[in-house]
Amino acid sequence: MLTPLFHLRDVFVHWGRLPALVGVDLTVQRGECLALIGGNGSGKSSLLRVVAGLRAPSRGQIERGLAVRQAMVFQRPYMLRASAGTNLALGLWLAGWSWRQARMATGPALQRVGLADVAAQSATSLSVGQQQRLALARAWAMQPDLLLLDEPTSSLDPAGQRAVEALMQAFAASGMTMVFASHNLAQVQRIATRVVYLEQGRLLADLPTADFFNRALLAQVSPQASVFVKGELG
Amino acid sequence: MENLAHLLRDQTLWDIVARSLQVSLLALVPAFVIALPLGGWLALASFRGRAIVLMALNTLLALPSVLVGLLVYLLLSHDGPLGALGWLFSRKAMVLAQALLVLPVLTALIRRALEDAQRDHGEQLQALGATGLVRVALLAIDERRALLTIALVGFGRAVSEVGAVMVVGGNIEGYTRVMTTAIALETSKGDLALAIALGCVLLLVVLLINGVVAWLAPRAA
Repeated sequence: MLTPLFHLRDVFVHWGRLPALVGVDLTVQRGECLALIGGNGSGKSSLLRVVAGLRAPSRGQIERGLAVRQAMVFQRPYMLRASAGTNLALGLWLAGWSWRQARMATGPALQRVGLADVAAQSATSLSVGQQQRLALARAWAMQPDLLLLDEPTSSLDPAGQRAVEALMQAFAASGMTMVFASHNLAQVQRIATRVVYLEQGRLLADLPTADFFNRALLAQVSPQASVFVKGELG
Repeated sequence: MENLAHLLRDQTLWDIVARSLQVSLLALVPAFVIALPLGGWLALASFRGRAIVLMALNTLLALPSVLVGLLVYLLLSHDGPLGALGWLFSRKAMVLAQALLVLPVLTALIRRALEDAQRDHGEQLQALGATGLVRVALLAIDERRALLTIALVGFGRAVSEVGAVMVVGGNIEGYTRVMTTAIALETSKGDLALAIALGCVLLLVVLLINGVVAWLAPRAA
């Protein structure tokens, strides 16, 4: 039996007078890897923020499964002026861990993302790619039921993108439920099990990945999504 | 020049300098302790009338120092609400006046620094679970260099102050006379040598503070 982690029911979000989300209905089941795609201003980030609890819907409801732990990784990670290890431990401490437990968890988490050798190094001195991996380690260490990622590779160089993507694939393979926004359709094809297309705040297509990238099928379901994909992939 | 060199070796001058620095430092500490949570709250809080509060705060930045001196004088005078403390014409009165003078400056600068930090990073801290006071504390710790710079600006403001401390301190020789009030007095007496000597030291202090602020600023960014 599928277990929904969250359900958005007819959700509207406004930034002032501008509609960011318009009547969005979306359910995510445990174990899914959902990609949100769409142009700039399509509502991807707003949707992630509503799910993360950072933004209340102007209208509509969000229903979450019981005791769902969630973590979020942003496009440009914010690290305090402290060591990589301390930044990671602080994230766990803020999530309710004791400081001692948090410190003990930093080693394995940094090891998981290949940053064990920079634990003592200032996090702000790390490269952007390393900081993003550190943010992923911080999120992974919380063992979240749901991991939200807002364009996690868009500010990285190709090597950084590959490293972060590899971690995302590994997390997905381990069964972690992920919802990520991305401009990179090739990445979406590689990682996602399901794709949602947003345009001007409206959810216009919601298909399994294989179906979404079936051009004939997509054109029938959503001409707008078809035009978008054609424009991105050529 | 010989006169100047002689004066710079005068213990009286250095007593005045030490007293100035002591009073301003004692004023800075409580002002900063109050300004930090107040500025942090204003940076993060959203409430009706916030714009009016900020406008009032900005108005206080331009408050003439003699007005602050007058207010403190009225508070501490024999018939005033705090007259029983017996602080008028003492260093305690000067500390109070300088603290009240720099408090709005510190609050406004701290608010701006933490508001900028909140805008840039607050959402991610919130996503990690940092709410309210914890978020303010983390932002303040992360912006510690900027806050230190702000404290130095406050100290510079306090040590350069003359109007308020003249009114509530009385410029008593050997007791409440500080660099700025001594310069004002010696100039009015026509004894320019001591005034110039004190002016040189005061300039040096202010230069030193601004030098440290300038050195810290790129690191705070």
